[in-house]
Amino acid sequence: MIPDDRKYTQEHEWVQVEGDIGMVGVTDHAAGELGDIVYVDLPDVGSEYSAGDAVGSIESVKAVADLYIPVSGEIVEINETLDGDPGMVNNSPMDDGWMFKIKLADPSELDSLLDAGAYEDLLG
Amino acid sequence: MSDLMQTPLSRWHRDRGARMVPFAGFEMPVQYEGVLAEHTTVRERVGLFDITHMGEVYVDGPGARDWISGLITNSLLKSEPGKVLYTTMCNEQGRCLDDMLIYHLADERWLVVMNASNHDKIVAWMRAHLPADGVAMDDASDRTGLIAVQGPASKDLVQRLDQLAGRAAGIDALDFYTHFLLDGPGGEWIVSRTGYTGEHGYELYLPNADMLPVWEELLGKGDDLGVAPIGLAARDTLRFEACYCLYGHELSEDWTPLEAGIGWAVKLKKKGGFVGRDALVALKESGLPRKLIGLEVQGGPIAREGAVVLAGDREVGFVTSGTFTPTLQKKLALALVETESATADLTVEVRGKRLDGVVVPLPFLDARVKGDPRAERSQSNN
Repeated sequence: MIPDDRKYTQEHEWVQVEGDIGMVGVTDHAAGELGDIVYVDLPDVGSEYSAGDAVGSIESVKAVADLYIPVSGEIVEINETLDGDPGMVNNSPMDDGWMFKIKLADPSELDSLLDAGAYEDLLG
Repeated sequence: MSDLMQTPLSRWHRDRGARMVPFAGFEMPVQYEGVLAEHTTVRERVGLFDITHMGEVYVDGPGARDWISGLITNSLLKSEPGKVLYTTMCNEQGRCLDDMLIYHLADERWLVVMNASNHDKIVAWMRAHLPADGVAMDDASDRTGLIAVQGPASKDLVQRLDQLAGRAAGIDALDFYTHFLLDGPGGEWIVSRTGYTGEHGYELYLPNADMLPVWEELLGKGDDLGVAPIGLAARDTLRFEACYCLYGHELSEDWTPLEAGIGWAVKLKKKGGFVGRDALVALKESGLPRKLIGLEVQGGPIAREGAVVLAGDREVGFVTSGTFTPTLQKKLALALVETESATADLTVEVRGKRLDGVVVPLPFLDARVKGDPRAERSQSNN
């Protein structure tokens, strides 16, 4: 079941919005595809990005994947625990393994993201 | 992946839910449960690898010993039936065509085991050098399967095979880099005390028909030992910690085995010489331009193959392999660097970041198997 309390991207990120703050992570599917994650490179707090920018990377033993930002805005917090415990992304990609929080520059961008049903269709 | 070659176990791997990838023309399992768990299984218990993709060429005849000797860098002079030799094969420039194992099966009967990625090249090279008489080559790669049983419980496990019942003394007597033959249901088996993990282990060369029954017997009888199938991803992290060279990474036609730190497998003075000897002698006399070193990379992303190594702002080499090592819990890299920079303060550039690389001794993981030639030489070379 894909949780319907958040939006998704084609690149397998999710964003969960509360007020004007969006919390971003990668999906179960993405974490599973990458395998055992051993390093997460997160953006700096205070930096600003446009939707779709590559803002960091996620590394498993075998591969590196870019981390994209689903919506435009300023990074206001990153998940510091991933530095010491990157495996948290595998253990809890949709909750404790979140990546960063962003102050939304334009909440209407959320409308162009996938809802749970559309994301489920994407996974096929 | 229909155009890829299959092993007798490919279907088993798929049914087991392994992630399959193309590798050297074969469809091979890269992981089952996950690379970290599989790696730990081999270090602490016992794992099974399907490595049927490796190439096997039998060589027979009264001229076989001298002929093989002339093509490889290590020495067969002291070999006797039952021995296994690790060696490289070089071109006239002394650069590495492949690394391989040579089995001395009987007085005039040998087996050359090569990397799958180099199989076609090495078979062609051997054929091109084949004398008119006295030596016959038989490429058995398509009919030969290979299971590696690796880990501290590997001896317990292989002894449980029906075919090895009553062979306990033979298994006890197997030193590292020795083997024995037996008649299996589908034909001749080779039971070999070798491996690519740094652990105590065995490699079983089997006729294709015996592969699935033996694989299932090992899994079925090893439950209490914690046996599990292991994919190629963990095979790579295991060999990396033990600092065994991987062709296409530490070994290449672009440099020599001397520079890759395996000079112990290059016997420049052996009787009869070998292809590439003169070039290697000249290189050694003029001083090796490059050296393989180990780096512990501080913080940040993993320095992987191809990452540039710098001394100050000057490029002095590149990473040949790098990963997060599951047993040691460190980010480590093997790098080929200019000899004079091998002890300098080095950095590695990864996606625009410069990370400090502290030179550490090889092998990364202390030798765990008595008589491991690859581990011993690394220590003596550093």
